[in-house]
Amino acid sequence: MTATTADAPPPALRLPKRRGVELSLLIGAVIVSVYGYAAVGLARSGAVPPDVAGYGAGLGLLALLAHLAVRFRAPFADPLMLPIAVLLNGLGLVLIYRLDLETPSDRAATTQLIWSTLGVAFFIAVVVLLRDHRVLQRYAYLSVATALVLMIVPIFFPAVNGAKIWIRFGGLSFQPGEFAKILLAVFFAAYLAANRNALAYTGRRIWKLQFPTGRVLGPIVAIWLLSVGVLILERDLGTSLLFFGLFVILLYVATGRTGWIAVGLLLAAAGAFAVGSFEPHVHSRVEDWLDPYATIDAGQGPSQLAQSLFAFAAGGMLGTGLGLGHSILIGFAAKSDFILATAGEELGLAGLTAIFLLYALLVARGFRAGLALRDPFGRLLSVGLASILALQVFVIAGGVMGLIPLTGMAMPFLAQGGSSVVTNWIIVALLIRVSDLARTPAPGTATAPAGEAR
Amino acid sequence: MTRYIRRAAGFCLLLLLALLANAARVQLFEAGELNTNPANRRTTIDRYDQPRGDILVGDEPVTGSKDTGEQLAYERTYRHGPLYAPVTGYASQTYGTTLLENAEDGVLSGTDPLLAPLPLWGDVTRSRQPGGDVVTTIEAPVQRAAYEGLDGRRGAVAALDPSTGRILALVSSPSYDPELLSGTGSAVTGAWERLNRAQSLPMLNRAIRQTYPPGSAFKIVTAAAALDAGVVTDPDAATDTPSPYVLPGTSTTLPDEARGCERASLAEAIRVSCNTVMAHLGVEVGLDGMLEAVGRFGFNDNDLKIPSRVARSNFDADMSDDQLAQSSIGQFDTTATPLQMAMVASAVANGGELRRPHLVDRVTTDDGGTVREQGTDSYREAMDPATARQLQRMMVDVVENGTGANAAIDGVTVGGKTGTAQHGVDNSGTPYAWFIAWAQAPDSGPPAVAVAVVVEDASADRADVSGGGDAAPIARAVMEAALEG
Repeated sequence: MTATTADAPPPALRLPKRRGVELSLLIGAVIVSVYGYAAVGLARSGAVPPDVAGYGAGLGLLALLAHLAVRFRAPFADPLMLPIAVLLNGLGLVLIYRLDLETPSDRAATTQLIWSTLGVAFFIAVVVLLRDHRVLQRYAYLSVATALVLMIVPIFFPAVNGAKIWIRFGGLSFQPGEFAKILLAVFFAAYLAANRNALAYTGRRIWKLQFPTGRVLGPIVAIWLLSVGVLILERDLGTSLLFFGLFVILLYVATGRTGWIAVGLLLAAAGAFAVGSFEPHVHSRVEDWLDPYATIDAGQGPSQLAQSLFAFAAGGMLGTGLGLGHSILIGFAAKSDFILATAGEELGLAGLTAIFLLYALLVARGFRAGLALRDPFGRLLSVGLASILALQVFVIAGGVMGLIPLTGMAMPFLAQGGSSVVTNWIIVALLIRVSDLARTPAPGTATAPAGEAR
Repeated sequence: MTRYIRRAAGFCLLLLLALLANAARVQLFEAGELNTNPANRRTTIDRYDQPRGDILVGDEPVTGSKDTGEQLAYERTYRHGPLYAPVTGYASQTYGTTLLENAEDGVLSGTDPLLAPLPLWGDVTRSRQPGGDVVTTIEAPVQRAAYEGLDGRRGAVAALDPSTGRILALVSSPSYDPELLSGTGSAVTGAWERLNRAQSLPMLNRAIRQTYPPGSAFKIVTAAAALDAGVVTDPDAATDTPSPYVLPGTSTTLPDEARGCERASLAEAIRVSCNTVMAHLGVEVGLDGMLEAVGRFGFNDNDLKIPSRVARSNFDADMSDDQLAQSSIGQFDTTATPLQMAMVASAVANGGELRRPHLVDRVTTDDGGTVREQGTDSYREAMDPATARQLQRMMVDVVENGTGANAAIDGVTVGGKTGTAQHGVDNSGTPYAWFIAWAQAPDSGPPAVAVAVVVEDASADRADVSGGGDAAPIARAVMEAALEG
């Protein structure tokens, strides 16, 4: 199969809309979340929490509104994406509510529910207002400019917990870098879709690797370097790693050049080594990762990573049950970066595997939409958005479980954090929009030559 | 592009598999090790997640638990804390446990498999049973009489039931309130430092963890050794001991404070407490014979537990004859815990048969079902029954006609022996006042109580210190309480 035939239109199947499936799955997702909420209360005080009805109604209403938006404005959209998002968001609320019980002075579940509402509002807005994702292609340079501004602004705000990624005014704080993810994905997708042939087929050949001309490669590398530079200045290395992975994946998908991956991995290794050796904040994270128990041996008590591993271990196969674990021992960031440890302790390996599979399913549906689309921009955009989710899950889950050095990042939908939950709802909205177009039977394709169907 | 998208998706799948494999590593394969890591607070949190079982004196719990609402939920409380501190010890979230709280921790905290309804129940369900209760052998009136008798003076009392080995009282004074140490935080660490710094050593359990030179109270042991070894066949026959007595191999003379010790009989030597006669008898029995005899009473036993470990009472194994002579009157390196000396009195009272001293009567589940019971158990055959009878008569004589008159109780047969032990550099310290005794109510079976009392700072005026004056009244009060109960 050559690159040209690979871009041939997909087969014209008569796809059912499957909105009924979506609705029943949504009901299931809400019921599971409400059950979790009630289980926390039963385990802790022997009574169903009094606000369980309100919680269920709130989540149900959000799910219903999102479903209606999809039903009327994206009727052919993938029926799995929205229920997965609602389930993960509902589960996140349960976990945060559960951790709130340990920190009565610092309650976060209500705020998170408000942010989730805002996220769903954005979701509906995107589904309703954005009729065709290809419109976004036009705003590639505006996107990247906005993204850079969003990333630079927090430098002028005080650092929070060692990272300058927050903007605060009034009682609200948000991380503009979260939104920059989407904008960068849009830019990368648009730019690579426009220039992929030039990238793939022009330029010099050095040894076995094909290098594109500087004219084509220049802007994209410059912007990437700039974004990574900003992130290093802000010490938000998780996001930096995410952007890097996103960039490499999209470049590979656009050009098919394995050389890019080699160069990318080389660059990543060099960069990671340099930052890991010389930047004290990151260096300590690497040290922690190499020996999570060093602080215990040194008599300073367990590190956060060690506490996180203790939590996962305490969960074992089936977990302690919601509300019965002690993941609050992790302390700072237990509700945000380390939220997965609570899931691991109270739901066990079984629950954790289910959560990972939900993410995997969401990512897979994103890739599936990309495969089904015809326009290169749409394909790259859906691959980009799905990759953002996959990489983010890997970076933070791997971090809190000692697989890779820990870098602060929010578990999509689960973790406390308004900007993150809003961003993830927008990502899902875009994927819904893309998948709707991918599955809409295009007029005329029904007569497509049989030879082009796979 | 389709192929590249598939490959990118494949890459994401690899990431997922890595996460799953890693989750299995942490949650299954390394979980055991992580769960038992000493820095993992979960074990501690679980431990304090339920009320601790209680320690009972008679039917009344002397401990309790209160829910603090903190991360470590339940804290230990003590009723009459200082009174029972030498029995219970403390159960602290900061400093661990001691004494019964330590020895019976498995029962009290609910982890002891005995408490489970079925074998392996705890292993299968990973659950903890409600804390069981520990019923002690202590009798509240006896304990209280001993505590009030000491009245804050430094010293200790141990009382036993000679025929069973049940410990009726175990008092150390001055004492402390273990509840001060129950929780966490600066109040607890402050109390800990204050208690440990205190000159009077309130946390020292003098009854079982402190050894004192027993002085003349030890003469009962030497007398038993002499009778059992046949060195003395007739306790009323004169011995050939001069007074003062020149310690063998030296020119040092050992004087007598009592009169009439020249060539005194064994019975007379016990009655008026002759150093010379008893030192000489010890030498005549010989080092091997004395070692054997003291061992039968429990000296030099490193492993005595009641169930808390009891400090080793010492009688040196390698001595010259002059040292042996001094050791035989409870000086030199001879030391004993108050419990050990109560065991000496107990052995005499029980006809030579020394019962194993124990503090726990039985252990029950939360709802009162007995899961373990401590029966009467022989510890050692301390002496020949005939020897015991002779010593009983001599000890009664001490109370009726000798140095122990202050211990006499109307209508009750009381046998006792005083002791006033020198200590410190050149014996400069205030002497320790000892009294060991047993009591037998009229028309009842064997003696119901044996007691040892030691008072450290008996009196400011050194010359006035004596076992008969300071310690005997306390012993009498304790025995009266025991006989009434």
